[in-house]
Amino acid sequence: MADYKLSYSRVDQDLLKTMEAPGRTWYILLTVAIALVALGGFAFSRQIRYGMGVWGLTHPTMWAIDITNFVFWVGIAHSGTLISAILFLFRVRWRASIYRAAEAVTVFALMTAALFPIIHLGRPWYVYWLLPYPQVGGLWPNFRSPLIWDVFAVLTYMLVSMVFFFTGLVPDLAVVRDQSRGWRRRLYGFLAQGWQGTDRQWRHYTSAYLFLAALATPLVISVHSVVSWDFAMSMVPGWHSTIFAPYFVAGAIHSGLAMVITLLILLRRTFRLDAYLTQTHLENLAKLIVLTGLIVGYSYATEYFIAWYSANTFEWETFRYRALGDYAWGFWIMIVFNSLVPLLFFVKKIRTSTPWLLTISLLINVGMWLERFIIIVTSLARDYDPYTWGLYRPTWVDLSITAGSFGWFFLWFLLFAKLLPVVSIVEVKEQLPPPVMEEAGSRRPEAGKGEEAIR
Amino acid sequence: MSGRAIGVVGHFDQLDRFLAAIHELRASGFDNLRVASPVPRHEIDEALGRRESPVRVFTLVGAIIGAIFGLGLTINTSLGYPHITGGKPIVSMPAFIVIAFELTILFGAIGTLLGLLVNARFPRLHIGPAFHPRFCQDQFGLFVFCAPNEIEPTLQILRKAGAAEVRQVEDGVEV
Repeated sequence: MADYKLSYSRVDQDLLKTMEAPGRTWYILLTVAIALVALGGFAFSRQIRYGMGVWGLTHPTMWAIDITNFVFWVGIAHSGTLISAILFLFRVRWRASIYRAAEAVTVFALMTAALFPIIHLGRPWYVYWLLPYPQVGGLWPNFRSPLIWDVFAVLTYMLVSMVFFFTGLVPDLAVVRDQSRGWRRRLYGFLAQGWQGTDRQWRHYTSAYLFLAALATPLVISVHSVVSWDFAMSMVPGWHSTIFAPYFVAGAIHSGLAMVITLLILLRRTFRLDAYLTQTHLENLAKLIVLTGLIVGYSYATEYFIAWYSANTFEWETFRYRALGDYAWGFWIMIVFNSLVPLLFFVKKIRTSTPWLLTISLLINVGMWLERFIIIVTSLARDYDPYTWGLYRPTWVDLSITAGSFGWFFLWFLLFAKLLPVVSIVEVKEQLPPPVMEEAGSRRPEAGKGEEAIR
Repeated sequence: MSGRAIGVVGHFDQLDRFLAAIHELRASGFDNLRVASPVPRHEIDEALGRRESPVRVFTLVGAIIGAIFGLGLTINTSLGYPHITGGKPIVSMPAFIVIAFELTILFGAIGTLLGLLVNARFPRLHIGPAFHPRFCQDQFGLFVFCAPNEIEPTLQILRKAGAAEVRQVEDGVEV
């Protein structure tokens, strides 16, 4: 790789290769994803046919894996906005080659998350009741309810993320248009909307992109705060906590970064993008994971301290139950995978080793899913009145719909990897020094300090 | 600049030559220039003497409308159906601010998108002959609108500035 020089035309050549005809592995993965979606769809059809009884939900645990999945997938979405919007505002250079994939994660994770409240409605065909419109008798949604805040927050997040994602894609789509033929040329030509890279287009585009990033940044903080208030606004022990908003946001970014690392490693390996998705990118993400892991660990400790310090019997009993009760296995996996395992990234050898990165990021995803499960289920299974206590056990429907959600997410991601450039062509070019004349007057072969140029 | 025009297009491989050509043309009195570039660069806007994009005004107006709409929606609908629960006030600002905040962001983003579409004149389904695919890849394009008698001097300026290619475009030019 020593003589591998990056230049504008080389970037086009390398990054458009990812859109060539897919190989057998891609088709196998696509089949698996479609099979999982079909399994989830079948389970959902049983729910429609027989009602919510097919889920493992019983009194008092009326929220369980479905809401776990909702919170988990909204959380996964957050890293994309962190990498694309927040790091953009901070002018972090290494974001250029990873932000497109991270943003795709955001959009697809939100498309997955949004399914769960609808599935969980029981009568999903009434989903439009959540929207604000004057119903019979002038009845409107109750805007004092955190559940309606959720509708606004998640919908806004989804729309803004899609606009941000698509806006960032337009100049790249023009590059694809110019280098393709036939129906692909017509399709990408339509999507590129006549992009020509004129000064007028760039001037308004860069301004719009900056403001979209500036709007997405507070939005990402607000969305998971609102999701946490679904719990924190209630009076359920273990949920009614002021730390929930920042704790959920940190957890969301923690899980999202882990998912992005997992997918970037796969993309890098599949498409041989070593010159673009370098070890430095993965290492920087691992460093961010150390930060979020420390925040998450600190939040766990603070929750326990406050439960004890408040001298509230119900609160303390809930926390004792989490650590020692029926779901203690999940609790300890959560502590180890979310707060202790990420600390291994303090060791340079581990955070620069691909197998370690992949393993740890997968463990964090398992841990973060369990965190949502433990928060939701343990608080409901045993709240104030021992007479109502009851354990939750998932049925095949719960598990199939969960598996279906992973299939749904990966289905979209696989399509994305083949239909759109997975690394932003324009932003990678922006990181390269522009082609200029040598001072002596002789031409040099365009730009390029080589691989390190895009770090 | 859109519509029918006559002009000259120069292709440049190097940014500094390209910028020098812009300065040279402006010094010679050609102010009606359009350029194309594979990446956004501030130097180009500076060389052309462009002002700040008005997209930010669209963002601001959108965000303000969103905030007003969010507060108006929550307050009006609550007052229209006053149902006291748990002794809580009908107009409950802390709760309503959440909705107002989300709508501020949503309308701000829609305003920004609208600002981009209006100002950059998107979508544009027809691409004129002045455009060349390499302007999105690795070349800088410089388009000069000029009268028939100005074409030859313009071609000379572009060649002298180091254009890799110059061509004349007539009719149906949209850049």
